Amino acid sequence: MSPIISARGGLSSRAYGQFTAAAAAGGGPSYESIATVTVGSGGSANAEFTSIPATYKHLQIRALIRGTASASAISANMQFNSDTGSNYSYHELYGNGTTAQAGAGATQTRFFLHGNAPAATALASSFGVAVMDILDYADTNKYKTARCLNGMDVNGSGGYILFDSGSWQNTNAITSIQITPSSGNFAQYSQFALYGIKGA
Amino acid sequence: MAAGATYEPIATNTLGSATSSVIFSSISGSYTDLVLVIAYKAATTNQPTLQLTFNGSSSSYSGTQLTGNGSAAASYRNTNAAFISIARLVGVPSTVGNTGTIIINLQNYSNTTTYKTVLARASAADTGTEADVGLWQNTSAITSFTIGAATSNDFAIGSTFTLYGILAA
Repeated sequence: MSPIISARGGLSSRAYGQFTAAAAAGGGPSYESIATVTVGSGGSANAEFTSIPATYKHLQIRALIRGTASASAISANMQFNSDTGSNYSYHELYGNGTTAQAGAGATQTRFFLHGNAPAATALASSFGVAVMDILDYADTNKYKTARCLNGMDVNGSGGYILFDSGSWQNTNAITSIQITPSSGNFAQYSQFALYGIKGA
Repeated sequence: MAAGATYEPIATNTLGSATSSVIFSSISGSYTDLVLVIAYKAATTNQPTLQLTFNGSSSSYSGTQLTGNGSAAASYRNTNAAFISIARLVGVPSTVGNTGTIIINLQNYSNTTTYKTVLARASAADTGTEADVGLWQNTSAITSFTIGAATSNDFAIGSTFTLYGILAA
């Protein structure tokens, strides 16, 4: 075992290879929380971020997702600026615990924040998680591209881990994001947190 | 919309000697998510599965993995396990001195109503890349976790473990 030789943010050594973590004071100003949607007891048909400021370079969404639909899983679909046209595309690489597969879709009406989150018949109290990066979201000279890592595990059949990338063929700055379940509602305790990452 | 700076470094541990595990304890509930960034420097050729456990518990874990080793992609699963598997097949180096990068997201780690699900990526140039999702069937807030190797002292001198906290608005 090893002694601790560096620590930050109110740490104290406890034993070789072990240390105590306490909340750090301060922190860098380049990653900021913009808004969070937490679903209440009644569930919610969607989660939406509006009036997103253009003051960041990139966006990140970190999500915890479960659906109310009477199914084992749902997808969480994403659109920008309320555009419901066939202006989206995606590629994906995923594993379901037994096989790895790839897929793609063109002229889509959405892409995915989560491809397979637990729903009502899945293991109780289990949620899917996702981390999505939306690059240069306010740049009006390029189509918008996002990438995401998401997954769920239910201690058996139904586990799912997925990489995907999505494109919105539109040069407008993204000022709002709409997230909807493929069926039913988002269940209580689902959470969608939007962060902004500043450029130099 | 509210905005506040976050993604704060909580702790960094740079190993001064080879070890088999690192423990983060007394983690406050002050954040929404935790992110652990590991620069794994291999002390052995064991290429171990990294074992993630919470609050000292050794039960109720499971996981699903997606791997690529340069010639094929594959997916695996483990159930009713004693730990969450990270870099189960690939993602840590098999050559002494080589480095792999592992990033583990512990989301909503301190809530007491949901089971805990984590996302991880592991990459090493000499073995491959892997994505992992892991479940801990427990609603307790995570106040400590251990990242360990199945075999002894696989984490080499110079391996770093940096824990960040992210607070949602």
